[in-house]
Amino acid sequence: MVTADQVWEALAEIPDPEIPVISLVDLGVVRNVDVEDGRVRVDFTPTFLGCPALEVMRDAIAERIRSLGAEPEINVRLDDSWSTDQITAEGREKLRASGFAPPAPREAAAPTLVQLQSNAHRCPYCGSTETRLENIFGPTPCRSLRYCATCRQPFEQFKTI
Amino acid sequence: MNAQVQQLLEIADDELILGWRDSEWTGIAPFLEEDVAFSSIAQNEIGHARALYELAARGLGTTADELAFDRSPDEYRCAPFVELRLPEWERTIARHYLYETADAIRLERLKQSDDPEIAGLVAKIDREEAYHRIHAQMWFDRLQNEPRFTAALEELWLLAQALVGDDFRLQFAERTGLSTESGSEPQTLERGVHTDELTELWEEMTMVRRSQPAGTRW
Repeated sequence: MVTADQVWEALAEIPDPEIPVISLVDLGVVRNVDVEDGRVRVDFTPTFLGCPALEVMRDAIAERIRSLGAEPEINVRLDDSWSTDQITAEGREKLRASGFAPPAPREAAAPTLVQLQSNAHRCPYCGSTETRLENIFGPTPCRSLRYCATCRQPFEQFKTI
Repeated sequence: MNAQVQQLLEIADDELILGWRDSEWTGIAPFLEEDVAFSSIAQNEIGHARALYELAARGLGTTADELAFDRSPDEYRCAPFVELRLPEWERTIARHYLYETADAIRLERLKQSDDPEIAGLVAKIDREEAYHRIHAQMWFDRLQNEPRFTAALEELWLLAQALVGDDFRLQFAERTGLSTESGSEPQTLERGVHTDELTELWEEMTMVRRSQPAGTRW
């Protein structure tokens, strides 16, 4: 009989479909695993509601659970219980190492343009804070585009959600 | 249909139809950053519509896809304001600014909903919308003294009022600095009325689904 720990281990091997350097467990989107009588119930949250990777993630989770010999039940939580603060320390380091600046901590108030334009954002390549906002939006909903004035490298910044 | 489900559908329809209009900038926006921005905003709005349809669908015993694609155009509850095809950049930005301002007002209210599912989903939507608001405000600040932009704001303001209920129109006017005094001016087009442009959009949006037998899996 499969255990919850085995399920967590298996899910930790599923890469994010759009940022494959990080796993779904690193991303923090797997919120809960319950095992009962050969059925595995997984709660997970989308990063952004319009994320096209949502179905891919859900199917990958179901597939992995079936390969453990259990029947999956995937519950997509449509609430505000996930934030980018739940990306694990290991996940943040994996992001940084592949050129994605990890998200700034979430604050109670919504982000402002002043914050996005501040130089509190560190370049994932050289570590400089001499970076500027190029575009609030990027190649996927979860990313912004920034530019590092020190090493002259454009880079992607994970948005704080 | 109870009032709560109706309200979810109104917002979902606004987001779906506006998301569709926003996506029309993909590939042809005035510059690359805005091409990326409007594509991303469109994706978010359609994602919000899907999540709101899912909540509404539970109350109606149907599915999100059926709500999004299987109704006839006159059954949609969106405001005519979001239906317009606006190929001029200044009108698109004027609509974006007015829409995000109105959307913030209704999301603030729904975050306080007694229904934890609605309050939870709206809190998540609002986190994403914060980036749309920053983008809209940035463009407002940039264009606020441009005659073509102010003319577009004046033109669209009348229609924009239908986005929020009567009780919130004064607040909407205060936030935008635009006037609610209608006098002898024409009235806004309220929800329930549709433009011919919705029918054209609907034909295109539902074309693939209508061409396939019901129950096709994608």
